[in-house]
Amino acid sequence: MIEIDAITKVYDGTPAVDAVSLTVETGTITAIVGTSGSGKTTLLRMINRLVEPSSGEVRINGEPTTGLPKVTLRRRIGYAIQGHGLFPHHSVARNIGAVPRLLGWPRDEIRARVDELLELFSMPPDAFRDRYPGELSGGQQQRVGVARALASRPDMILMDEPFGALDPIIRTRAQEDLKRIQQALGSTILIVTHDMEEAIQLGDKVAVMDAGKLVQYAAPAEIIAKPATEFVAEMVGGVDRPLKMLSLVPVSEIVEEGAVDGPAIGAETSLRDALSTCLWSGRDALRVEREGRVVGHVTLAAIRARAEAHR
Amino acid sequence: MPARRLTAVSPPGALFAALGALALLAPFMTVAANRIVAGEGVGIWTIAAPGAVAGGLATVALALLLGLLPRRPWLRLAGAALGLAGVVWLLGQGTQTLLEGAGDYARVSPAPGFWYLLVILGLLMADALSALSPGPLVRAGLLALALLAGAMVLQSDALAQLSIFREYDGRRAAFATAFWRHLGLAFGSLAVAAAIGFPLGIACHRNTRLRAALLPVLSFLQTIPSLAMFGIMIPLLGWVGDSVPGAAAFGIAGIGFAPAFLALVLYSLLPVVANTVAGLDSTPPAARDAARGMGMTSRQRLWQVELPLGLPVILAGLRIVLVQNIGLAVIAALIGGGGFGTFVFQGLNQTATDLILLGALPTVALALIAAIVMDILVDLTSPTPESHP
Ligand SMILES: Nc1ncnc2c1ncn2[C@@H]1O[C@H](COP(=O)(O)OP(=O)(O)O)[C@@H](O)[C@H]1O
Ligand SMILES: [Mg+2]
Repeated sequence: MIEIDAITKVYDGTPAVDAVSLTVETGTITAIVGTSGSGKTTLLRMINRLVEPSSGEVRINGEPTTGLPKVTLRRRIGYAIQGHGLFPHHSVARNIGAVPRLLGWPRDEIRARVDELLELFSMPPDAFRDRYPGELSGGQQQRVGVARALASRPDMILMDEPFGALDPIIRTRAQEDLKRIQQALGSTILIVTHDMEEAIQLGDKVAVMDAGKLVQYAAPAEIIAKPATEFVAEMVGGVDRPLKMLSLVPVSEIVEEGAVDGPAIGAETSLRDALSTCLWSGRDALRVEREGRVVGHVTLAAIRARAEAHR
Repeated sequence: MPARRLTAVSPPGALFAALGALALLAPFMTVAANRIVAGEGVGIWTIAAPGAVAGGLATVALALLLGLLPRRPWLRLAGAALGLAGVVWLLGQGTQTLLEGAGDYARVSPAPGFWYLLVILGLLMADALSALSPGPLVRAGLLALALLAGAMVLQSDALAQLSIFREYDGRRAAFATAFWRHLGLAFGSLAVAAAIGFPLGIACHRNTRLRAALLPVLSFLQTIPSLAMFGIMIPLLGWVGDSVPGAAAFGIAGIGFAPAFLALVLYSLLPVVANTVAGLDSTPPAARDAARGMGMTSRQRLWQVELPLGLPVILAGLRIVLVQNIGLAVIAALIGGGGFGTFVFQGLNQTATDLILLGALPTVALALIAAIVMDILVDLTSPTPESHP
């Protein structure tokens, strides 16, 4: 668990991050989203103390980050950045193994870990291990950058627009990879993005930043359904396509077998209405009826999957 | 595009061919009654028997013609090498022929025609090499070959009667001393400047205020004209030698090796420090950020990331210093520093051109070799292979 407690960073009298508090649960992805200059990077870098906060503190599993030497703290937290930051003079294997080497892992353990990660990112180790970053495509470089952040199996990973430089198709694939890998490893990830779609696709929770302030921190569905401010609504405005699609699709299309308790909705109700009923009632499954007869149920996960299919 | 290239002639090749033809009009060698008087120019057509001249000229003509080829740089390179061999051979032939019956004190020397051809063929070679852009190891091999060829020419008797070698004959011991002195001045000052300059450069890289204060001072040192710099050293070190106990015992005095050495060190500091700073600064910002973010200490960042990535730039600084100091060390002879400059200034006093050349030519050769070797080192240390497939 990461607790960010009233953290503030002031540059030349102006706060870049203004009293932000949020708690990130272990094993989840939190997406920090906002326009350029809203303080996302500064917020992220205060967690591994690349930037020292002007006030407030960060606690990891209850321990303030100031209790450790910076170098020790950073070696425990994975870090991936836009433009990958790979070392151009080191091979792919050496880049990925950088933190394990700092931590003094034995050689063969590092080698095994590097191969494992390359496999995980669909880059055959025999073909990629000894290449140099300059010999990779942009997408491959970015994947190596993310693999490097995961190498020492950190419980927590910070990512600053890791997919920012990728074209949309590769980007979707990279996002899927990340989600899959995170679910397999159970790591806690904080990812910064300026793209609300990416935040909603990746985040278990989304934190929206505006001019240094945290304006909403909620699950993606709630961000879409109930934007807290004008600004959030505007940012979500760009992603209303899936919602529009949901409003066109009837529940009957994704109904699953078996009844559940609680209020019922009609089979011809739109998915959008079903979604808001879910959110209002706080349930993640609803009973579906047609002309008074139970025909099955619909789950929040299925609605979400359907929304994502329309992106 | 390929069709056009097939018919075209290499533009530098055409220029070299034209210049080469013109060079044949200039006197190829001079004959003088003794080592002091001005010599009389002899055209290339008459330096030796017609058959020999024709043979030598054929190699030159072949080299210039091959130089016209728009492609096939290996062929151009081989042609230029053959041409150079021909020119040197002609020089040997000319020496023998012209000295026959010219008297014991007569001197023969290469004249502008020879030097022009040498330079033109050298440029042809450089042009072919740059088209080939061979890797560092191939360049090292080619350099070794060239040095071997040069050594063989010098070892053979072919040129022994040339005036410059007659000057050398009388000064073998002095030449050896001057050689080692020159190397000592150039490499010694480089080593000391590196030992001082690297730490200073690293400190400047970390501390922008130190950088802002120090670099202008070093720049200023660099702008002092060399004669003035050597001149300043005389009273300065003279005073140190006289007033600091024991200093004189170490050879510190206003005249001699010490002031020359110190002046060269001062000249070297700016390129060493500035290139160290530039090299360390050349790390891509994202790589530096990643290194910090993954928990490297500042020492680890320096040794594992910044230094290896900056090494080519840092070595480029050393290359500048080495070539510069090999040249400047000539002037050191003025304040008794020794080195090849001794011959240059003796020659100037005696108006003995070939004695001047005895000092100047080895200096040029040394600087050239140093530059090539350092370039090879820079390439070998380049940390990244060519980017992007
Ligand atoms: N080192 C710094 N010095 C001064 N101002 C800074 C510095 N870093 C960031 N800022 C300012 O803080 C604000 C937030 O920056 P940043 O966190 O990089 O935003 P984001 O990542 O959301 O684009 C910007 O206005 C930026 O100019
Ligand atoms: Mg940013």
